Amino acid sequence: MKLLFERSRSGRTESLLPPCDVPLVEFDAGSLRAAPPRLPEISEVDLGRHYTELAKQTHGVNDGFYPLGSCTMKYNPRVNEEMAALPGFTDIHPLQPTGTVQGCLEVLAKTETMLCEITGMDGMTLQPAAGAHGEYTGLLLIRRYHQSRGDTARTKIIVPDSAHGTNPASAVMAGFTVVSVPSNAEGGVDLDALRAAVGPDTAGLMLTNPNTLGLFDPNILEITRIVHEAGGLCYYDGANLNAIMGHVRPGDMGFDCVHVNLHKTFSTPHGGGGPGSGPVGCKAFLADFLPAPRVDCKDGQYRLYTPARSLGRVRTFQGNFLVVVRALTYLLTLGKQGIPEASAGAVLNANYLMHKLAGAYQMAYDTPCMHEFVMTLEPLKAETGVSAMDVAKRMLDFGIHPPTMYFPLIVHEALMVEPTETESPETLDEAAEIFLRILDEAKADGASLHSAPRDCPIGRPDEVRAARTPVLRYEFGVAQ
Amino acid sequence: MSNIPEELKYTKSHEWVKEEDGVITVGLTDYAQSALGDIVFINLPEEGDDVTAGQAFSDVESVKAVSDVFSPVTGKVAAINEELLDNPALVNEDPYEAWLIKVEEVSDTEELMDAAAYGQVCAAEEA
Amino acid sequence: MGSYIPATGEERSRMLAELGLQSADDLYAVVPEQVRVKELDLPDGLSEMEVRRKMTALADQNTRFSSVFRGAGAYRHYIPSIVKTVTSKEEFVTAYTPYQAEISQGVLQSIFEYQTQMCELTGMDVSNASVYDGAVAAAEAVFMCQERRRSGVVVCGTADPQVLEVVQTYCESRSVPVTVAPVQDCATDPAALEAALTATTACVYVQSPNYYGVLEDVDAIVAAAHAKGIKVIMGANPISLGLLKTPGEYGADIAVGEGQPLGLPLSFGGPYLGYMTCRRELMRKLPGRIVGQTTDADGNRCFVLTLQAREQHIRREKASSNICSNEALCAMTASVYLAAMGPAGLRRAAENSAAHAHYLAAELAKIPGFGLRSTKPFFHEFLTGCPIDPDALCRALEPDGILAGLPVEGGILWCCTELNSREEIDTLVKRIREVCAQ
Repeated sequence: MKLLFERSRSGRTESLLPPCDVPLVEFDAGSLRAAPPRLPEISEVDLGRHYTELAKQTHGVNDGFYPLGSCTMKYNPRVNEEMAALPGFTDIHPLQPTGTVQGCLEVLAKTETMLCEITGMDGMTLQPAAGAHGEYTGLLLIRRYHQSRGDTARTKIIVPDSAHGTNPASAVMAGFTVVSVPSNAEGGVDLDALRAAVGPDTAGLMLTNPNTLGLFDPNILEITRIVHEAGGLCYYDGANLNAIMGHVRPGDMGFDCVHVNLHKTFSTPHGGGGPGSGPVGCKAFLADFLPAPRVDCKDGQYRLYTPARSLGRVRTFQGNFLVVVRALTYLLTLGKQGIPEASAGAVLNANYLMHKLAGAYQMAYDTPCMHEFVMTLEPLKAETGVSAMDVAKRMLDFGIHPPTMYFPLIVHEALMVEPTETESPETLDEAAEIFLRILDEAKADGASLHSAPRDCPIGRPDEVRAARTPVLRYEFGVAQ
Repeated sequence: MSNIPEELKYTKSHEWVKEEDGVITVGLTDYAQSALGDIVFINLPEEGDDVTAGQAFSDVESVKAVSDVFSPVTGKVAAINEELLDNPALVNEDPYEAWLIKVEEVSDTEELMDAAAYGQVCAAEEA
Repeated sequence: MGSYIPATGEERSRMLAELGLQSADDLYAVVPEQVRVKELDLPDGLSEMEVRRKMTALADQNTRFSSVFRGAGAYRHYIPSIVKTVTSKEEFVTAYTPYQAEISQGVLQSIFEYQTQMCELTGMDVSNASVYDGAVAAAEAVFMCQERRRSGVVVCGTADPQVLEVVQTYCESRSVPVTVAPVQDCATDPAALEAALTATTACVYVQSPNYYGVLEDVDAIVAAAHAKGIKVIMGANPISLGLLKTPGEYGADIAVGEGQPLGLPLSFGGPYLGYMTCRRELMRKLPGRIVGQTTDADGNRCFVLTLQAREQHIRREKASSNICSNEALCAMTASVYLAAMGPAGLRRAAENSAAHAHYLAAELAKIPGFGLRSTKPFFHEFLTGCPIDPDALCRALEPDGILAGLPVEGGILWCCTELNSREEIDTLVKRIREVCAQ
């Protein structure tokens, strides 16, 4: 399909702005650009149709089942969108006097209070714009804490080998070096390896629980105790909070700080890769280090203030505010009953779908899961030559977004399935049938799956070509 | 079965090594390029950089993986194969022509294997 | 209250029974008993109607100003109707990062188009798919410039103070030294900047138009930096680039900035987007998602996420950045905005903004004490003195629906866009005269 630039016709314009009602400014010629940017010149009707066509080639949660493991692709309630579009939120300048933004500040304060209760934390910043940004911020808290005690030898962050790639990357950005600890046979943290890894150089541990295998680590209290006894702090990666919210809190499991993903657990949409929001909560002893500014309430008036030993800013203004508005709408809707019900629903759906597939597909771990489960297609590949990628690509033909492929790295030919609580039993039943049908196809004619998908807007893209000879922008005047 | 020329020396981490007049040439073996798949980019050091035996001096990217390349010797980088920066596929096409770096002022060398010993390492890994 | 769970109680019981479980509690049998939550201290859930009422009441507590003369990093511009229509399409809103290219061509193509537009706007070769905001873009750009023997960054003191704060936070943890170059006459003095450059300086960050709206002498700054082998990161308001010389034309190595002015509402600070573009030589150091063109199995043009081996999910602790989620929907918003405006529309937005600002500056200068603080050319923001308490002046204008410029050290920082009509400006000036006369 055509690019915007290929639809452009010189001289086509829209009358969006009036002519200027005051004299124009004569800038020095040396301050002006030599030629106008080659932006498309398009009529509104063609522009509208262009994006309608692009929308048809995009699969969102509203287009069908989206069991993309570790991404929590739950339904994004419409009322959230409407509340985030209220002009009383969208048309507010971030540097307005605090007396004129009491509603915005109350949104931040209320959200902070509710998320602190859910995570078992005492203070929170809503400034981080995504999960990885939250990780970075949380690790800076840990860094500042050790620095404040003159404990500068603590330079290492322990990360399990099953962790998301953002964990080690964030640790390095925050100035730490990474120590990887292996998983045990049950998929949890190997306690002996952890005991061997901790020491006077341990700054902290980053952990998600349930982990990326969808398993809750039953040794969690022992794990956080080992780290604390060594003088380290415990960071909870909230990527999988949707499994446990309302049932167990990171703060009660021994974690000192945590980030949550509003775009996963709290139903805000992913927008094709953002904007997200990654608030960071912490225990009281870390709260003085939180990024500036924070919100509090004095004599019925909300205000912004800088914490005593703030680590500084990690983003401009107050973060992705409209994402927070959506999350608060969701939190108010669910309330104290709906929160644990949602997570229990997610765990029930995952176990139900796993149960339906367990006889046919090989599960990476043969135990009940939390909100997601991981299958290994290694036996299938050995038997039929059909890979996890082939199965995933075939699912596209059935209108299902495939599970996460080839993650976690410690499982070979992995498919990671997270149905979420917002899918009905019949959707899960249909998905199970499709999984099983693809398995039959693999066994009957494995070679046919290598060319899947067959019924999508495009066939499999040549990723090697894309990476070897990068074409990262439209080249004007060159035949495409 | 991968191609293992008799005249070269090899490391356990699948680099080939050739010595000429005190200059060491290093590349990736046929076994390595085949295991990596389609190579899309190679990060090379700069001329004059120091390399250390047993430590990574480069990494090789395929579409969805990245792998370190280890130096078999300690010394100074005398030359890099700049052609690979534009055409990394050369390593897939002819791994024993597509050298990565040449090292001079060599002070330390890892234990190297001959073709027969390296052949056994590859066979063991494939098993 | 609801949890958006379709399954009825009966269905849930049946599913539990199939799993051999009695109740939902059994799903959590693995969780140690002593840390199980009995009940959260949260309010009861609410119906949609009640939630709407509560949230609307919160929105109503904020003051919406009909005339906004404040910028300082967030700008109210006209947003064409088509922008919201396109970016509300639920396929775009509810999709994830386009890992599965076969069913994500819409998002991928739109990012490719965005990348092209940002390259055109900034005069650069390569763009990423956006980062969190303009300040994080500046910080990430500093990391792109790190070399073995060069790490420090010299930030022009005229940069947005929030950008400087974020750069300082990011640099502190990676032990990258940050030096701030002195400010003179609301601009950077190239000689003073040059004196701050050393053999270990990796890059200079200059913003133009700067925080005070002033056009910096970027030519001199680039020349001074490049003479010493130092890279230049230029921050620029993207609207200004519809008219003004581009970072590429100045010879900058990396261009960054806050993309919010391109069709995004003020939204109390977010979501916004940071744009990042650079020269081809720095392509592999550019963090974040990047979309590339390729062909599919049938040889047809298509788009994929590419150069992924730079990223955290593959490189883990060796990745140059940890960024994962970006601001894709905001990037699409910017792209639709630029397509709707076209080169002529964008130029008009830039010209009218500058014209309104200069008209306001001239009118204010007629009031004693409101003279311009700088003699240098400016774009659509400028600093004036204020003979009375600036906060008192702002408060006095609020009842008229006017958000005045931002009180800063040295006076008030004013901003105009195409939205501030002559009539609006005249009203503002008249009211200021009245307030000052009291």
